[in-house]
Amino acid sequence: MKKPEELLAANETRSVNPKVFTMWLFIVSIVMLFAAFTSAYLVRKAEGNWVEFELPNLFYYSTVVLLGSSASMHFAYLAAKKDQFNALRLSISITFVLGLIFLIMQFYGWIQLVDENVFFVGNPSGSFVYVLSGLHGLHLISGLIVLLVALVAAFRLKINAKALTQIKICTTYWHFLDALWVYLFLFLVFNN
Amino acid sequence: MSTATTHAEEVHAHAHDHEHEHHEPNFIQKYIFSEDHKTIAKQYLIMGILWAFVGGSLSIIFRLQLGFPEMQLEWLRPILGEWIDESGKLDKEFYLALVTMHGTIMVFFVLTAGLSGTFSNFLIPLQIGARDMASGFINMLSFWFFFLSSAVMFSSLFLETGPASGGWVIYPPLSALPQAMPGSGLGMTLWLTSMALFIVSSLMGGINYICTIINLRTRGMTFTKMPLTIWSFFFTAILGLLSFPVLLSAALLLIFDRSFGTSFYLSEIYIQGQALPNMGGSPILYQHLFWFLGHPEVYIVLLPALGMTSEIIATNARKPIFGYRAMIGSMMGITLLAFIVWAHHMFVTGMNPFLGSVFMFLTLIIAVPSAVKAFNYITTLWKGNLIFTPAMLFSIGLVSLFISGGVTGIILGNSALDINLHDTYFVVAHFHLVMGSASFFGLMAGVYHWFPKMFGRMMNKTLGYIHFWATFVGVYCVFFPMHYTGIAGFPRRYYSFTALGNGRMEAFTDLNAFISIAAILTFSAQAIFFFNFFYSIFKGKKASQNPWNSTTLEWTTPVEVGHGNWPGEIPAVYRWPYDYSKPGAESDFIPQNVPYSATPESNLPEENEEIANEKAIESLLAAQNESYNR
Repeated sequence: MKKPEELLAANETRSVNPKVFTMWLFIVSIVMLFAAFTSAYLVRKAEGNWVEFELPNLFYYSTVVLLGSSASMHFAYLAAKKDQFNALRLSISITFVLGLIFLIMQFYGWIQLVDENVFFVGNPSGSFVYVLSGLHGLHLISGLIVLLVALVAAFRLKINAKALTQIKICTTYWHFLDALWVYLFLFLVFNN
Repeated sequence: MSTATTHAEEVHAHAHDHEHEHHEPNFIQKYIFSEDHKTIAKQYLIMGILWAFVGGSLSIIFRLQLGFPEMQLEWLRPILGEWIDESGKLDKEFYLALVTMHGTIMVFFVLTAGLSGTFSNFLIPLQIGARDMASGFINMLSFWFFFLSSAVMFSSLFLETGPASGGWVIYPPLSALPQAMPGSGLGMTLWLTSMALFIVSSLMGGINYICTIINLRTRGMTFTKMPLTIWSFFFTAILGLLSFPVLLSAALLLIFDRSFGTSFYLSEIYIQGQALPNMGGSPILYQHLFWFLGHPEVYIVLLPALGMTSEIIATNARKPIFGYRAMIGSMMGITLLAFIVWAHHMFVTGMNPFLGSVFMFLTLIIAVPSAVKAFNYITTLWKGNLIFTPAMLFSIGLVSLFISGGVTGIILGNSALDINLHDTYFVVAHFHLVMGSASFFGLMAGVYHWFPKMFGRMMNKTLGYIHFWATFVGVYCVFFPMHYTGIAGFPRRYYSFTALGNGRMEAFTDLNAFISIAAILTFSAQAIFFFNFFYSIFKGKKASQNPWNSTTLEWTTPVEVGHGNWPGEIPAVYRWPYDYSKPGAESDFIPQNVPYSATPESNLPEENEEIANEKAIESLLAAQNESYNR
């Protein structure tokens, strides 16, 4: 038997914003996608015939850049909460630029791999690095689009302390993309 | 009476408020690019029915070859063209394409999209008391991605090189090398494109289902007051959300191997005397990834059918479902186990026998929740006041098929026995009974039961009975003999098999001919349904609001349900959905929206205590309306 207060409390959990919730479910499906890839990596590695090579050192620097972008994304969220519109626009822009720099660095990381004679076509140990970083990059591009939409909304004053849903979704997704890369990177460092 | 009029006035005022915002949608918005979950459900259903006839007729063509290997098929030339060779026989490559496409179409397009897509869309908002899905737009996109995927898959049937032919599991290297067989060329490419679109569609649908069930339940609809249908759709959506991305990753790696020359699945291989450059790939890796989806997919297909059966059996036995919580628990158990048994499809891939026995153990555990469900269906039927509507007959048929098909699962799940039975017709018999036919019966039960709600009209009962008996007897005649041929060693996917006939061509032809005749008759019987369905949409008897005297919320909507589902306020929910034949009650069913305070004569002591909560439930109305205005 439930008391009325408990029922009310139960109702509060029910009123989770459906859009934010949808975002989380979307994230779950991306997690499963990459969980499948990294499991495949382990299964394949266990079978032997596995060429070992150095990960491009640019990946270390790009990881730092991406972590930085997560910090500026967090500032954007705080600014939106306090209705500081200029800070909000600035932080979103910084995040966007850092995201772009990250992508460019990843691309140069691939060039470093090619210089090491690790190609997309060849032993799966190399192909996996391209697939994992490439698909993460593809998701990051979708993140950049989400950021652009948020930036436009910020200029139209559609994001403010009373309308935080959009920036919440944007922040969640960006932090997730950041965490996803950190996971993939550490995974590659420890399993390469 | 006075309360009723005030209520009607309120409703009218409410409707008036919204008149300036909600203009009448035009034809395209209403029937084609609709965001209304009911229209989307009907779109899925009609697509599913059309696909079922395509998939079914493919199986009839290959059954002709299996049952009557000497038969002249010249008369099929107008349809199949060059796929009938000069001697008037079915082309051997095309036979492989037929079994591949039959499997793909039935598993994904009929029993996933047609079943889950239809009823999750239709019933979730109506049974939990929501105006629509969490996102009508994503829901619409989900259907149109499915449509696109269907169009691509359908067009692959007309390729000169034929559609994909490597089996519905598309194992590499056959699927990874375009030069391996004609069907591995463009047909395979279109198969992969279509499935990628299908996965996107399924994910969008599934995300919407989960989000709607968690966030948009009406006031008072706690998780333990949800109908079992909703529970089953919930678990189905979770299975899909977690397993379809894995299929996508498997498909992506396959695409890289096919088109870019990587070696994820391809190791040192010679084809037509030429060594390929690929090194170090593992085809077993693909099987692991595929079956991590493939096995949950079985339950994605089956669970909605089981959920709807619970609902239909309780309604038509006029009894509460036996073991409501045990039903939820067993579905939860099946969902969890679904993810950790995939390797039982791979017992003969040279897997470590110890690992094999682990997967065997986990597989056999599935028998426990499955048996719980079977027993609960039977105990619900036991001494019930049974009303044999066509939907009820199909539901009982499902229970029968679930048991007779499930029992052989225990045999196949055994890693030692599987060495003998793997890839024989025993497997075909097993999964066609437990997954194919059982889910198909669930689909049919659902259509017969919810047709009045979908189209406001009734389907013809007599035709329904004829359809049921023809299908039920037919399905057993088709799939039961397959157990015998399978134990005797008759393999799957073979164009013709003479090895066990001591050189004679007629090995197994008697049984195979019997199966083929039964299949043709069963398939023809579906025409009765086809006619009944489309005729009743336009000319059926007008339905009443609650034709089956059911307790769930969808029957509190008007006969012609408009957009938003309830013209006035959404009803609140006070009780569980299975108050049938309650001792002391005036009628033999009490709908979920009837408060306990209105039924003092039938309340149990603990239910009398719940009356105190009714005020709290009602007070949530404002919050609920608020959530739709956000």
